[in-house]
Amino acid sequence: MSVAPIRSWTSASARLTAISFCALALSACKTTVLDPQGPIGAAEKSILIDSLAIMLAIVAPTIVAIFAFAWWFRASNSKARHLPAWAYSGQIELVVWAIPSLVVMLLGGVIWIGSHELDPAEPIKSSQPALEVQVVSLDWKWLFIYPGQHVATVNTLTIPTGVPVHFSLTSASVMNAFFIPQMGSMIYTMNGMTTRLYLQADTAGVFHGLSSHFSGDGFSDMNFEVHAVSPAEFVNWARATAQADATVDAQSYSELAKQSSKIAPASFRLGDPNLFQSIATQKIPPSPGPRAETPQQRGVQAGGDDVR
Amino acid sequence: MTAVPLASAQAVPRHLAGGRHAARSERGPAPKRIVVGYGFWIFLLSDIVMFSAFFASYAVLVGETAGGPTGTQLFDLRSAGIETACLLASSFTCGLASIAAGARDRSWFSIAMAVTCLFGLAFLALELKEFISLIARGAGPSRSAFLSAFFTLVGCHGLHVSAGILWLLTMMAQVFAKGFRADIERRILCFALFWHALDIIWVALFTVVYLMVAGR
Amino acid sequence: MFGKLTWAAIPFDQPIAMVASSVVALAILAVLAWITIKGYFPYLWREWITSVDHKRIGVMYTLLALVMLLRGFADAIMMRSQQALAYQSGGFLPPEHYDQVFSAHGTIMIFFVAMPFMIGLMNFVVPLQLGVRDVAFPTLNSVGFWLTATGALLVNISLMVGEFARTGWLPYPPLSEIAYSPGVGVDYYLWALEIAGVGTLVSGINLVTTVLKLRAPGMSYLRMPMFCWTTLATNLLIVAAFPILTATLAMLLLDRYLGFHFFTNDAGGNVMMFMNLIWAWGHPEVYILVLPAFGIFSEVVSTFSAKPLFGYRSMVAATMAICILSFMVWLHHFFTMGAGANVNAIFGIATTIIAIPTGVKIFNWLFTMYGGRIRYSPPMLWSISFMVTFIVGGMTGVLLAVPPADFVLHNSLFLVAHFHNVIIGGVLFGAFAGYTYWFPKAFGFKLHEGLGKASFWCWTIGFYLAFMPLYVLGLLGMTRRMQHYDVPEWHPWLIVAAAGAAVIMIGIALQIVQLFVSIRERAALADTTGDPWNGRSLEWATASPPPAFNFAVLPKVSGNDAWWSVKQHADEALEDKPDYHAIEMPKNSPTGFVCAFFATIMGFAMVWHIWWLVAVGAVGAFATFVVFAWRDEDEYVVPAEEVERIDRAHIETRCAGSTAKEQTA
Repeated sequence: MSVAPIRSWTSASARLTAISFCALALSACKTTVLDPQGPIGAAEKSILIDSLAIMLAIVAPTIVAIFAFAWWFRASNSKARHLPAWAYSGQIELVVWAIPSLVVMLLGGVIWIGSHELDPAEPIKSSQPALEVQVVSLDWKWLFIYPGQHVATVNTLTIPTGVPVHFSLTSASVMNAFFIPQMGSMIYTMNGMTTRLYLQADTAGVFHGLSSHFSGDGFSDMNFEVHAVSPAEFVNWARATAQADATVDAQSYSELAKQSSKIAPASFRLGDPNLFQSIATQKIPPSPGPRAETPQQRGVQAGGDDVR
Repeated sequence: MTAVPLASAQAVPRHLAGGRHAARSERGPAPKRIVVGYGFWIFLLSDIVMFSAFFASYAVLVGETAGGPTGTQLFDLRSAGIETACLLASSFTCGLASIAAGARDRSWFSIAMAVTCLFGLAFLALELKEFISLIARGAGPSRSAFLSAFFTLVGCHGLHVSAGILWLLTMMAQVFAKGFRADIERRILCFALFWHALDIIWVALFTVVYLMVAGR
Repeated sequence: MFGKLTWAAIPFDQPIAMVASSVVALAILAVLAWITIKGYFPYLWREWITSVDHKRIGVMYTLLALVMLLRGFADAIMMRSQQALAYQSGGFLPPEHYDQVFSAHGTIMIFFVAMPFMIGLMNFVVPLQLGVRDVAFPTLNSVGFWLTATGALLVNISLMVGEFARTGWLPYPPLSEIAYSPGVGVDYYLWALEIAGVGTLVSGINLVTTVLKLRAPGMSYLRMPMFCWTTLATNLLIVAAFPILTATLAMLLLDRYLGFHFFTNDAGGNVMMFMNLIWAWGHPEVYILVLPAFGIFSEVVSTFSAKPLFGYRSMVAATMAICILSFMVWLHHFFTMGAGANVNAIFGIATTIIAIPTGVKIFNWLFTMYGGRIRYSPPMLWSISFMVTFIVGGMTGVLLAVPPADFVLHNSLFLVAHFHNVIIGGVLFGAFAGYTYWFPKAFGFKLHEGLGKASFWCWTIGFYLAFMPLYVLGLLGMTRRMQHYDVPEWHPWLIVAAAGAAVIMIGIALQIVQLFVSIRERAALADTTGDPWNGRSLEWATASPPPAFNFAVLPKVSGNDAWWSVKQHADEALEDKPDYHAIEMPKNSPTGFVCAFFATIMGFAMVWHIWWLVAVGAVGAFATFVVFAWRDEDEYVVPAEEVERIDRAHIETRCAGSTAKEQTA
């Protein structure tokens, strides 16, 4: 077998590895949790890496030992010690119970402190007052309401950098999860309930947002772009959007609430300042499922309402 | 296959000596009656876990009346009290049936089982009456989460009682047809355990659902 | 008359589903035709379908698992292909179909592959290891198996008639409520699992009672093989956890059928309660899956290292600790639901505490190898791969147990990689190790070793190729269950993952070939001594396959590794004549099969709202039990002379086999 093909294969695989690392290099990647753009994400990334390091300290030597023992004590190796009845050692037991216990105690501290500091509802310490954004997950799009700025958007989110954003979230229908990987924590959205989340973007940019909880056929299209802009740009954007023609109020909301997907990003004037409250307290009832349209469901008799 | 020889015949510790002196865990497979009873207890424990899930859901949803009627407005404690009395009495007569079975007394067994059946049917009739009246008053299980949990918890118990009555009648028929054969005796033991367990669950149910609502 | 069922239920307009259903239907018809033509039906009915022998039932459970592995894996290939193709494209599976594929994949793999595989191995092995003749309730055992088969059947029927659930392997409301899933898919799922759940519970009761009340004389608890301890822990978990599943799915059924409001959005329903209830079952479930695998590895590592298990008492303590702790961690499945810092932290810490007994087990297996003479038959290869793979999976699990880490990784492909890591690396590798290890005991010949090793390598390499990219994808922000996506960075990793799935497919193909080749060459691969691996526990004292009564005379046990001590102190001279007696064995019974037949009817009728058929099924099921209760003879007797004849034949072939081994050694 000639050497040249091996060499080109090796260089091809080297290239592939390089590409992979570039893919991982994150600079162009707007979706990765390893390139956080805000304090929450940054803290979570460091906890992730620290916890991994703590555990690798035990796991890596153990894996090495497994391979080492498995190879050294193979039956054909007459140099290896043969201890056919050795089945107990108090010292080893002590070490074997102690090592995982110590790791667990260490991790327990990380967990206790981290869970409290990074609880989604825990406000971000900042000299700036938090921006209020209300989030409603619908089938299958996102509605963002800015009560302070009297605007609303669908499938696009604009926030100022360096300012904590206080999200209040609910769902119009089924469970979803609001997630912007580069900014940090996700949180569930549920109908009839309000969940809370604080996030902050420290650098300007465009980040990827999605739903991270399966919610039905149009789930894969529940993506939105997050535009983190300077506070001055944000004020301009809010002012311009407040003059939009289209409004979001209870009536146009009911259109939005019907099941639809692949909705283009849009901005609106906020017609009803209490819209979020009405949705979250079920004053506006949960949005309908597929029965709103002609059911093409397999096996359902046309017009048959078999349950109620 | 040869018996495994013991290391030494002398000075064998008592718990290794085998036979009557062996520790219970070393006496070999238990007799059928014990195995059947034990297995049935395990089944009862699993059934109690299932009821616990329904109890838990009731506890979570007890306040979710969705603007509809609450327990205080709906529950008739007198009726529930009579149901309790019926079940407790039926447990007593079921105990009598077990004693009759132990004494191989067919006629007393049949009488005790028949009376147990009547008490059980009375319980079911009262419960059904309560359910029908609730539904007629617009307080059916689809009215609110609280009522869903109530109907499910109480209804699940009622279904168990109904299954128990079917079992009871089957046991009466078996004894009538075949007498107190060993396997039939084991089944009577299991039936009795089942019936008493239902009674215990009812006591918990009566307390949590009917009595505790008085304080709300 | 037929409820909701119409001709529209058959997916004539969905080519993939039609082709798949037709292929399956034709395959089933072909098998049935072959059986009929060859005249095997009376034999199958008499010896297998109505059998109450734990060995036969164990084999049938395993066969069910292997067949369903093919179905579940077909779903996996479809998912991996779809995701490799669907970059800025719709792929070849529209969302309605893709959603059913991933829901079916998870449901089938957990309930109809992993569970039956483990239950099958436990059923087959445990009475043999305990030195007794059968499980505590043999007829109930048959009922349990056939009800599980009913569940599998219903799930597969949904491929041809109607649709399957589109809600994932756990049907979270409100999506699974009638308002958002009005079709029959969720109903198929619910009835299949309610029925199969009863089967599993029955198995749980059976095995707990067997381990606690039926052991050979002298076998105290601390002399049981490790696999029996893990069986005990597993089945205690089944008894304590499966009723919760039954209750929770019943609540969802009531919501869907009778308009109840347990989990609806309106009238006070509570979606979070479903999460808590279902995971209160769901977390013990994963330990139900993995604990038997731990037991298998204890047996295999000890046998193939030719050493007793290191730290037996420690292992027992660790097993029971895992059993209890598994009930205290369920909230880690929804850290992101917003329960608050204290609650999240407590459950996070509880979860990491489970890592302690699990770590102890790994170290004890490690030290079992130390000082041993390790032979690399396929079961040992599976074990070593398991140890490495499971540690990685466990590590990522503990990572996910840290709530702040989970806040960015929940529901992502990182999570998917983690649980496949532990389920494939732990449960499935354990199942394959057990399958290869106990196959000669069940059938009298070994599986072909070369093909076994080849399939092992394909599985291991394929697993890492398929799932390591998923860890990366999780860190790159990709969530699970996506039918299509637009992020370019994700695409290359998904292609690698698809390649990994293809390698696994080769591994599975090799396992199928291995089975055929082994059957064809069974004479050359025959196990004449009953102890092909130089084993340590009592199942190796019997013939391969064992007679119906397992042991001619129940062994008297005086220590751990009972069979090993017999061999050490071997006193094979036949002047020590064992005390043969007549043996009473339970009679076969069609109760299980008939009961399951009626359960299938009831389940199908419930799905399609054919109420009169439900009543027929219910009456039939009750009648089955009454008929069963009415039989006068439930046992048959094997006379003492027959017992002696069978036993002597086995001792002679065993002696001949070991003499031959000594001569060739």
